Amino acid sequence: MTLGPILILGARSDIARAIARRFAALGHPIQLAARGVADLDADKTDLELRFGVPVSLHDFDVLDVAAHEPFVSGLPDLPQIAVCAIALMGDQSQSIADPTKAIPVIRSTFEGPASILAVLANRFEARGSGTLVGISSVAGVRGRASNYVYGAAKAGFSAFLSGLRNRLAGTGVQVVTVLPGYVATRATQGLDLPAALTARPDEVAVAILRAIRKGQDVVYVRPVWRLIMAVIRLLPEPVFKRTRL
Amino acid sequence: MILSGWGRFPRHDARLFTPRGDVALRDLVLSKDSLIARGAGLAYGDSAINPAATVDMRQFDRMLAFDPQQGQLVAEAGVTLGDVIATFLPRGWFPKVTPGTKCVTLGGAIAADVHGKNHHITGSFRSCVDWIDVMLPDGEITRCDRSHDPDLFDHTLGGMGLTGVILRAAIRLMPVESGWIQQETITCADLATTFAVFADRADADYSVAWVDCLSRGTATGRSVVLLGQHARRGDLPASLAARPFDTPQRRRRSVRFDLPSWTLNRASVGLFNALYFRRGQQSAGISLVDWDRFFYPLDALEGWNRIYGRNGLVQFQCVLPPEQAMSGLTTLLAAIAQSGEAPFLSVLKRMGGQQGALSFPMDGYTLAMDFAARAGTLALLDRLDRIVQDHGGRFYLAKDARMSPAVLAATDARAAAFCAWRDARGMRGKFRSAQSERLNL
Repeated sequence: MTLGPILILGARSDIARAIARRFAALGHPIQLAARGVADLDADKTDLELRFGVPVSLHDFDVLDVAAHEPFVSGLPDLPQIAVCAIALMGDQSQSIADPTKAIPVIRSTFEGPASILAVLANRFEARGSGTLVGISSVAGVRGRASNYVYGAAKAGFSAFLSGLRNRLAGTGVQVVTVLPGYVATRATQGLDLPAALTARPDEVAVAILRAIRKGQDVVYVRPVWRLIMAVIRLLPEPVFKRTRL
Repeated sequence: MILSGWGRFPRHDARLFTPRGDVALRDLVLSKDSLIARGAGLAYGDSAINPAATVDMRQFDRMLAFDPQQGQLVAEAGVTLGDVIATFLPRGWFPKVTPGTKCVTLGGAIAADVHGKNHHITGSFRSCVDWIDVMLPDGEITRCDRSHDPDLFDHTLGGMGLTGVILRAAIRLMPVESGWIQQETITCADLATTFAVFADRADADYSVAWVDCLSRGTATGRSVVLLGQHARRGDLPASLAARPFDTPQRRRRSVRFDLPSWTLNRASVGLFNALYFRRGQQSAGISLVDWDRFFYPLDALEGWNRIYGRNGLVQFQCVLPPEQAMSGLTTLLAAIAQSGEAPFLSVLKRMGGQQGALSFPMDGYTLAMDFAARAGTLALLDRLDRIVQDHGGRFYLAKDARMSPAVLAATDARAAAFCAWRDARGMRGKFRSAQSERLNL
């Protein structure tokens, strides 16, 4: 793994902050992208102080797809690695009551991320190198009643990443799909999650490091989720539709 | 969620909130009737627990600025001393004052006004704090120091989080030439010898005595004294001098599950003490030790509190004035010997004078001991409280898990004034912990 810049899209999230720290510790220049990115000035200073790497801040709106091409052109350097940590969990019960509330979840979690990764994919392919990392979710493995709007968006995102990986195989561009199970973040703060299944944001960051180093395609965090999802996938539909997971 | 301190005693079911940013914190402070901030949760008792609202400050973990001329670091309260060392030791800086674990947050270090093995020379954590940003009950943030709102500064250092939520602080690091410590080991056959060594070697930057609290008769209070100085580059052998801040990475072991509660008893602790004392005799003299091993020997064993079993442990830490220390310690050791209880890891340190509205240290000697949390040991601790009281000593709130308000009032006249001050500033309703409720602080 060379020490080229890493672009972190959605830099405000807990997982993104953990990724920034891990890669900065290795010496990668960091490009932090988020809405209202000026707020992240303290994070920039923190990374520079701790690790002595150059850090740049970039305003980025995942929903403004027309601006994605100019956004990439405007980066100081085309990054070596790009991680998309953008998603919107939304409120499933609200989306049921008012279907229009589901739209922003789908756009922020699938459409927007797919758009920016598509732009980056073209640039990386033209260059002949690079790594694209999409943080999807086990929720996308199979739609279930408690979060299918978010799950559907993640399912679409996972398929998009898989398609990119297929297209870019052999071109020198690596595409990694990260499938976290439960992670202890702001998004899951109020929920009562089983401790053994719940990862710290830093575990996701470490898994990404390992995936890039070893050339892995699909990684689960924590690894036990690979087993859990294998079982979930195998349940016949007549059985699955009656579960309350 | 069930929260406790490092001693895992007592435990409370508490609502835990993890704000990210000043705005979210302000919302919490304004919307909750009462709350207490929590850092790494390494106080032994219930200082950082409020069942209604405990505020986890560890997302405030950014370093904000460093001035290499003065060695001043500005950082958010959730930054740990371990982070500070990892970042700045390679550049030749080390914390001026450090407690026995590097996992404490800066906010916690300030709230407890922690001390280390150099209190008689450098003082408590207070001596390295330039200013503190505190969020008050109305959600407003005040930057206090020795000249601006000095009362708030005075009461926040050692104030156990009861004056407000600590957000940021500026602390001074001290320059060091290497990551190594010149350690001298001296074994002392009894308590009198231990005191003599402390008096004789007051020149040492760092000093601590591990005391065998189970030995009786003429060997009462036998100890292994460790003295330390930061090694200069010239003190290092050529192999280390080339990279003076490169120290070996210790493999961290962990205690993954609770041991049975009878693991630490008179026999096992007695055996450990005998072996430790013998090892002290064998390694008497001067050696070079890395900073992690000298300052944080217990950090190498993750979850060592599990050795005490599911019911946890209770720490007893008092400080006695110099003229009463010999008599007080002798009486304490006699009471312990008589009880049949077995304190583990007993540590004695010299202390110097101290400022502050509620900070623990005072000129004299401090003894800290761990006991398994059992009915027998709790009863013993009540008797030990009395002995400390009779000898003019007082207790460390960061270690306390079971003291009564009567004992606090009898041993620390400042407590009532601290409480009244909090009242006057409108803090008493808003900032409360299970400990402050128990102690009427």
